[in-house]
Amino acid sequence: MSISNLNGGQKLAIKYFTVAVVLFVAQILFGLLSGIQYLVPDFLLGILDFSVTRMVHVNALVVWLLYGFVGSTYWLLEEESETEIVGLGLGNLAFWVLTAAVTVVVLVYLLVQTGPGDDFTRWFINEGREYIEAPRWADIGIVVCLSVFLYNVAATFSKGRWTGISGVLVLDLVALAGLYMAGMFYTTNISVDQYWWWWVIHLWVEATWEVLVGCIMAWGLMKTLKVDRKIVTTWLYIEVALMFGSGILGLGHHYFWIGTPEYWLTIGGFFSALEPIPLVAMVVHAVYDSGARHMKSNNNPALAWLIAHAFGNFFGAGVWGFMHTLPQINLYTHGTQWSASHGHLAFFGAYATIVIAMFYIAAQYTRGQSTLGAGLPDGGWKWKWSLALLNLGVVGMTVALLISGYEQSFIERAVGGSTWYGYFAAQVHPWFVQGMEWRMIFGLVTAAGIVLLVWDLLTIGKGRAVEKSGEAQTTL
Amino acid sequence: MNNETPWWSSESFWKKTAIWVTAFMFVVLIILTLDSIPKISVGSERVPSYSVINKRIGYEFNDARNMQVPVIGAEAPLFGKVVSEEEAEALVTFGKKITQGRNCMSCHTLLGNGSYFAPDLTKAWLDPGWGSEADREELMIAFLMDPQANARSFGSGRTMPNLHLSKEESKAVIAFLKWMSSIDTNGFPYNFTVIEQETK
Repeated sequence: MSISNLNGGQKLAIKYFTVAVVLFVAQILFGLLSGIQYLVPDFLLGILDFSVTRMVHVNALVVWLLYGFVGSTYWLLEEESETEIVGLGLGNLAFWVLTAAVTVVVLVYLLVQTGPGDDFTRWFINEGREYIEAPRWADIGIVVCLSVFLYNVAATFSKGRWTGISGVLVLDLVALAGLYMAGMFYTTNISVDQYWWWWVIHLWVEATWEVLVGCIMAWGLMKTLKVDRKIVTTWLYIEVALMFGSGILGLGHHYFWIGTPEYWLTIGGFFSALEPIPLVAMVVHAVYDSGARHMKSNNNPALAWLIAHAFGNFFGAGVWGFMHTLPQINLYTHGTQWSASHGHLAFFGAYATIVIAMFYIAAQYTRGQSTLGAGLPDGGWKWKWSLALLNLGVVGMTVALLISGYEQSFIERAVGGSTWYGYFAAQVHPWFVQGMEWRMIFGLVTAAGIVLLVWDLLTIGKGRAVEKSGEAQTTL
Repeated sequence: MNNETPWWSSESFWKKTAIWVTAFMFVVLIILTLDSIPKISVGSERVPSYSVINKRIGYEFNDARNMQVPVIGAEAPLFGKVVSEEEAEALVTFGKKITQGRNCMSCHTLLGNGSYFAPDLTKAWLDPGWGSEADREELMIAFLMDPQANARSFGSGRTMPNLHLSKEESKAVIAFLKWMSSIDTNGFPYNFTVIEQETK
């Protein structure tokens, strides 16, 4: 790999993307282990219990996406600001510190796993709060490294130029970093605990992350399709208005059952029902722009993944979220495989897809290619098959989990009343078990997809003549 | 053809809209948070004080609210010992910290949140699976101390790993679970059957 033709920010981005891919692979591997444990309950019992495999599965996801976002931002930073990055050395230092911290956290997860009920455990082993299990020392490290990143981004734009995209991006990153701190305290009151915990989880995933990918999408469409800046910027503002307009109070759908007052049923139900609207806007925007340009792009894999993002975001986050967001339905679906079904399609559709698109843009420029897609020596079978397998795998898992979730919401929840007996009656039911079997099969399809993806990212465009990147256009 | 962009599709209009909508929604969220936090503070109507572990806790259908709600009943001290508010808080705090240190949430759900590999713990204290009120505490301690030998898998083959809890730690976890079962969760879980209690 030659990175001599990249700018400073892009060289840093490649580092973030590399770790992101490694963690993506880890996520899938640990997901497979968790899936097996549903079918063979004794598998690795006492060695790597489900609580560990699932925690690594979910945490690897969150962290690889964050690496992908940071990498994407560094990638576009110098081009968008039209100047050199201000603190490349500091950025590199933060990268190594963050990566060392992530490595230590994962090793402690795997080797130490649990600790006694004291403050030491929460500071150094495991905080025991889903998604943000990282111990407190790592929380502080993450905030420091993100602050360096924020400084780099804001200072570079200030030195160079501000645009609509960069303005939205920086404000969004400030909110993203600030919200993380809402999860950094201990309280025994589990209602208050979960109240603030959701500020981090929801306001990240359903608000600030969505706006962040909106920025990447806007930039990506300019890059691959040469869409006018004015058009993508206007769409970005529309998306921000709709996203924050619905998503901030959409937080209420997490406040139905944690002890919070009854008015959250109305507020959460109403605003979260509106949450799909901005995602429709993103689909219209991406599809319209692609059509208006006759699908002519300089990077076909990236464009294909951007379109996968638009639809995946709409179906995974929008439709699948909407299906069980109203309290009248959520009473029976909350905490069942419905959530897992939604989670799989939403995280993949909304976030994994667009980060993969950025991987392909990075691959194109790293290898100095004017186009990526048409005219590839192998016909591009690797990127096409990995696209197909990853999407098929995740959609298959989503449907399988949904069927198990339906069964659970009837047998465990509505009939069984959520007692332990009701829970297990649902878990041993053939309809549930079959769903889990199909999830495993599609999990393996997903795994095959990622093997191809990694292979493709390591090889695509390699060995071809180095040209001026991104100049030509070919049809998808 | 008029090439001028109409106001409703102009960049500046949507920029202003984005800023105002975001700011407005955030302010509304802050106001709702200021209203909600006192209502879910310990000792409030919805989230009882920790000393509720001295009382019998029920979960009964309330006609006015059309949902099941926790009902605090007569004296029924946990492990037969009445504790002060401070002692109760210390015990529940220890219990909650253990549930975090052992990462219970990565298999179970608490208030419906967490992972889906094991039963929801919101009303675990009231679960009819413990048989009778008289046996409950001992069964819970035995289960937590050795969940392999005392597995309650209902034919699923799925067991809880031994997390090496001492008797004192198990008691603290149970105190936390008893306190959590008293939180008013707007009728979640629905249609829950409560363990037979003497007040019935």
